[in-house]
Amino acid sequence: MASAIATALPARPGHAPTPRANRDPAWARWLLTAVALAFLAFFLVLPIVVVFAQAFAKGGAYFLAAVREPDALAAIRLTLLTVAIVVPANVVFGVAAAWAISKFKFTGKSLLTTLIDLPFAVSPVIAGLIYVLIFGAQGWFGPWLIAHNIRVIFAVPGIVLATTFVTFPFVARELIPLMQAQGTDEEYSAVTLGASGWQTFWRVTLPNIRWGLFYGVILCNARAMGEFGAVSVVSGHIRGETNTMPLHVEILYNEYNIAGAFAVASLLALLALATLVVKSAVEWRQTGSA
Amino acid sequence: MSIEAHSLYKKFGAYTALDGVDLNVPQGKLVAVLGPSGSGKTTLLRIIAGLEFADPGSGRVLFHGDDVTDLPAGKRRVGFVFQHYALFRHMSVFENVAFGLRVRRRRDRPSREAIAERAHRLLELVQLDGLAGRFPSQLSGGERQRVALARALAVEPKVLLLDEPFGALDARVRKDLRRWLRRFHDEIQLTTIFVTHDQEEALEIADEVVIMNKAHVEQVGTPQQVYDRPASPFVYQFLGNVNVLRAPALAGARRRGGPAEDPNTEGQIYVRPHDIEVSPHDAGGSGLSAIVRHIHAAGPHARLLLEQVQTREQVEVEISRSELADLDLGVNDLVRLRLRQSHSFDEDYAI
Repeated sequence: MASAIATALPARPGHAPTPRANRDPAWARWLLTAVALAFLAFFLVLPIVVVFAQAFAKGGAYFLAAVREPDALAAIRLTLLTVAIVVPANVVFGVAAAWAISKFKFTGKSLLTTLIDLPFAVSPVIAGLIYVLIFGAQGWFGPWLIAHNIRVIFAVPGIVLATTFVTFPFVARELIPLMQAQGTDEEYSAVTLGASGWQTFWRVTLPNIRWGLFYGVILCNARAMGEFGAVSVVSGHIRGETNTMPLHVEILYNEYNIAGAFAVASLLALLALATLVVKSAVEWRQTGSA
Repeated sequence: MSIEAHSLYKKFGAYTALDGVDLNVPQGKLVAVLGPSGSGKTTLLRIIAGLEFADPGSGRVLFHGDDVTDLPAGKRRVGFVFQHYALFRHMSVFENVAFGLRVRRRRDRPSREAIAERAHRLLELVQLDGLAGRFPSQLSGGERQRVALARALAVEPKVLLLDEPFGALDARVRKDLRRWLRRFHDEIQLTTIFVTHDQEEALEIADEVVIMNKAHVEQVGTPQQVYDRPASPFVYQFLGNVNVLRAPALAGARRRGGPAEDPNTEGQIYVRPHDIEVSPHDAGGSGLSAIVRHIHAAGPHARLLLEQVQTREQVEVEISRSELADLDLGVNDLVRLRLRQSHSFDEDYAI
């Protein structure tokens, strides 16, 4: 949750200076700017610098060794696999939910809207525990799953489920206001011109929401890679098998392998930074074309 | 292609949008559906287009005698133009116009060249051929509306339906565009229904006007019929200014020959400001005594605000400026009023 806010905040574009701000004395403006910058430097920039500094504290060779170690590689693979499943699933769900909520009237609409926000309201640890209670050995479906030799908890399916739960509002939340603002007239136009529902979606609705959708995907992706709490509960921390990158970082750290922990953490940070760059590019492109 | 609708009913929850509406639009006519907001006129248009469906068990919609009630919008071959244009914002003007042809199934789809040719011909028809490469956001309101029209015509619709086509435009563009639409209709001869809340617009360009109020059709007729012989107090008040006067006071002021008149009617008299004759006050003459309270002479006609001596009711009168000059009137002068044409309705007829 906190990471979502942190990535979303600096992104909102276009703060035109208000007349009142212009009239503030120069020293006040400088002071406020300095305070803000110092705060950002201390709480955002410094930690990232420290991550990279620590990662390379024992030299590049140690960094490479820590990243190429089999358990680290397994964690990277698992994280990428999870993202590869979760993000497309949430794109399909998010677009479908946003389409339904913004373009149609039906009973239970406000309930659906509330449910989409649920993962934001629930602590990730609880999200993980829910799946343990449902699919764990002592859970509702536990005996049945064991009888059929299907592993959900302490295995990849559990990690995917928990990550999906935590990240599913991102795409839908991004699209609903956008699609509501765009209304339904263009879709109706397409229909009167003879387009099928499918054609209307691909040729009219999707192109209209493409940048919003891309933005939602980026946020969803960032969160899916970084999710710790929910995954930690369902993963079981089996090295080389059910450790994602954030879990692997924690294990290394707990073993006092500081440089190794930071080496893997720096990869995550790098992915986050790349995400931010892509997101800014999208926004720049959006404001340019609007 | 004629359009018929028989006893359509439509409810949205507790709100009744259409309460047994009939409509008959003859082949090739331009018909205006006129009414205040919330009168059900847009719902009627959307049901004809197939964007909305009448309540189950209620009436039918026929195109040229064929029942299309259960056909979806895409199969009805209607051209629909929305109030806010609803152009595809991510497509160029050309792409917008070509859309309806591009989404056809392969065997019905014209060749690339044929599509391009048709799109350009339509853009020429709406006088926008030079703007084919622009995007909707780069066009003015009037231009967007014409693109929307060209786009609707691209699929060779059998009927054209326009929902408040000029509602979002400023007054001047609106006037130009509605005359243009009339000429355009005379050229292409396509059965057209347009919905509007602007009575001036409806009376100026329609062959026939359908006046709606509170989910009902109040009156159908040519612009002159509905203006000169309104069927109800609502229509009277909706189409232009009107004075509503108590009947007894006017018994002596009415002239013969007015339609639907009964000198003994207790109730209200409806009279348009320009149907009142003003003359100098002569002792013993017929008519109604009134005092001039205000003279508004800026504009093509002079408007007088008068107060009846007998009932103290306010009366608005419109006379030509030369008449005003001949009368040589001043505020607080006493005059006589005679009604050239007036209507009365039964008292229990609710407005």
